[in-house]
Amino acid sequence: MLDFLKNPVLSIQEFFVLSGRTIKNLAVRPHYFNDTLMQMDIIGVGSLPIVLLCGFFSGVVMALQMSRALQTYGAVGQTGPIVAITLVRELGPVLTALVVAGRNSAGIASELGSMKVTEQIDAMRALGTDPILKLVKPRLIATCAMQPCLTAISDFVGMIGGYLIAFFLLRITTSEYWNGAYRTLEYDDVVQGLLKPFIFGVVISLVGCFYGLRTTGGTQGVGRATTQAVVVAIVWIFVLNAFITKIFVSI
Amino acid sequence: MPEPVLRFEHVTVAFDGNPAIEDVSFEVGHGESRVILGAAGSGKTVILKTSLGLLRPVAGRVFLFGQDIANLPEKELFGLRARCGILFQEGALFDSLTIEENVAYPLENHRRENYPPDKVRSRVEEALRFVELAHTLEKFPSQLSGGMRRRVGIARANITEPALVLYDSPTAGLDPITANNIMSLIVKERDVRQATTIIVTQRFQDGKIMAKYRYNPATEDLEAASHNGDALVKGIQFLVMKQGRLVFEGDEGALERSADPYVSKFVMRD
Ligand SMILES: Nc1ncnc2c1ncn2[C@@H]1O[C@H](COP(=O)(O)OP(=O)(O)OP(=O)(O)O)[C@@H](O)[C@H]1O
Ligand SMILES: [Mg+2]
Repeated sequence: MLDFLKNPVLSIQEFFVLSGRTIKNLAVRPHYFNDTLMQMDIIGVGSLPIVLLCGFFSGVVMALQMSRALQTYGAVGQTGPIVAITLVRELGPVLTALVVAGRNSAGIASELGSMKVTEQIDAMRALGTDPILKLVKPRLIATCAMQPCLTAISDFVGMIGGYLIAFFLLRITTSEYWNGAYRTLEYDDVVQGLLKPFIFGVVISLVGCFYGLRTTGGTQGVGRATTQAVVVAIVWIFVLNAFITKIFVSI
Repeated sequence: MPEPVLRFEHVTVAFDGNPAIEDVSFEVGHGESRVILGAAGSGKTVILKTSLGLLRPVAGRVFLFGQDIANLPEKELFGLRARCGILFQEGALFDSLTIEENVAYPLENHRRENYPPDKVRSRVEEALRFVELAHTLEKFPSQLSGGMRRRVGIARANITEPALVLYDSPTAGLDPITANNIMSLIVKERDVRQATTIIVTQRFQDGKIMAKYRYNPATEDLEAASHNGDALVKGIQFLVMKQGRLVFEGDEGALERSADPYVSKFVMRD
């Protein structure tokens, strides 16, 4: 009766096996530093333009929307704090993660998937390299290191976007906007704003690697793996975001 | 009696419950050769991958260099695999690496013991010269023809001078001239180093070359083995696979005499 649950449950189990093996091997030699640096470049520097764009415009629209709502209470001056809080706590981490998931979960899944279907993964194992160490670990480390940086940059650019709207359209002074923003942000906002991207980084890289490494069925399979990786990564990002937010709200 | 290099004991490998090979048993002694024939999908590639522990049997035992690898953890397999070379059916060159890096790849994992970094380059050049591709060092696999990629694969499989070399369909899809060139390279690798060799092929001629020719270092060419006094290269056996089962095992003469209609389809009489 519950047969339809069998495959998803098996997948989740395999996913945790892969994650467990990767985390267990974090300290195990050899460390492929060059591969890690290259992945940081691809994932971090490569995602920067789209992350900047996304961050900037989310700041702009937040400021525009909030000013409308705040106007009814005569509190347009609060735009700075509101933009800061929403960006740092939610929009920055989640939007950046979604963009990077679309870009890099897909990229990782299709790269590893092509390697899988052309037997390059088998070749790697046959030639004495553990794909977990050579492929998964560098991607995990690179994504986890870059994701908080990207998010911080995105938050900052978003604040600038909000500032431009506040200054030119809402006639809020520079010091009112930035001081308001600075004073509202508390320690745990920053903590959750950086913890979230770190966890999303784990999800983005491991989901990409997982679907890449289990690809079967030729080039068509690569396409399928890529799509699945993006969809699953995005779903996990939303679900985990809700959990983390709940935890921080309760504290 | 010396340990066989590779021994299969009633090995079954299955995917999602469907057996790809079933109850396969054979062994290969040191310095011997095997030619595996069989129709598409009969399980030849699965046998090679199982030999190196890339696939795990659901039943039976596989001994590589005398060690049971059926349930050996991946980490411990690396030491055994370091003594093997393999050419994959589609070549499986790393397409993000240059030819030089591809061929050097197996050395990276032994570097400290046998190959100090300064020796790697000359070793790679030597291996590529052996397959007559010394000029492609800086190219990428996508810039080479199919036959050239196959030869790079052969160079990569042999660069560590492994005791056991596996070739999966080295001549598939190649013109007869290139195919014969590749076969002579394989025979050359086998005879220069006395390597145990297993080759999967669809062409009976490939098996005949393996059985009838040997490499003469003096003339740097292949010659019929009978010139040296004995009729055939010793220790060469043919295996024929049919739908996952081993249906024939024997030497070339037995293969040519076989009355089995499936087996005799692989024999081309000339
Ligand atoms: N990764 C896999 N997943 C599922 N089934 C597989 C897999 N690899 C092989 N098989 C199945 O195992 C059987 C044997 O495949 P194998 O690749 O060994 O054939 P082969 O003899 O090498 O054929 P060919 O000459 O075409 O290469 C086939 O029926 C194939 O469908
Ligand atoms: Mg095959």
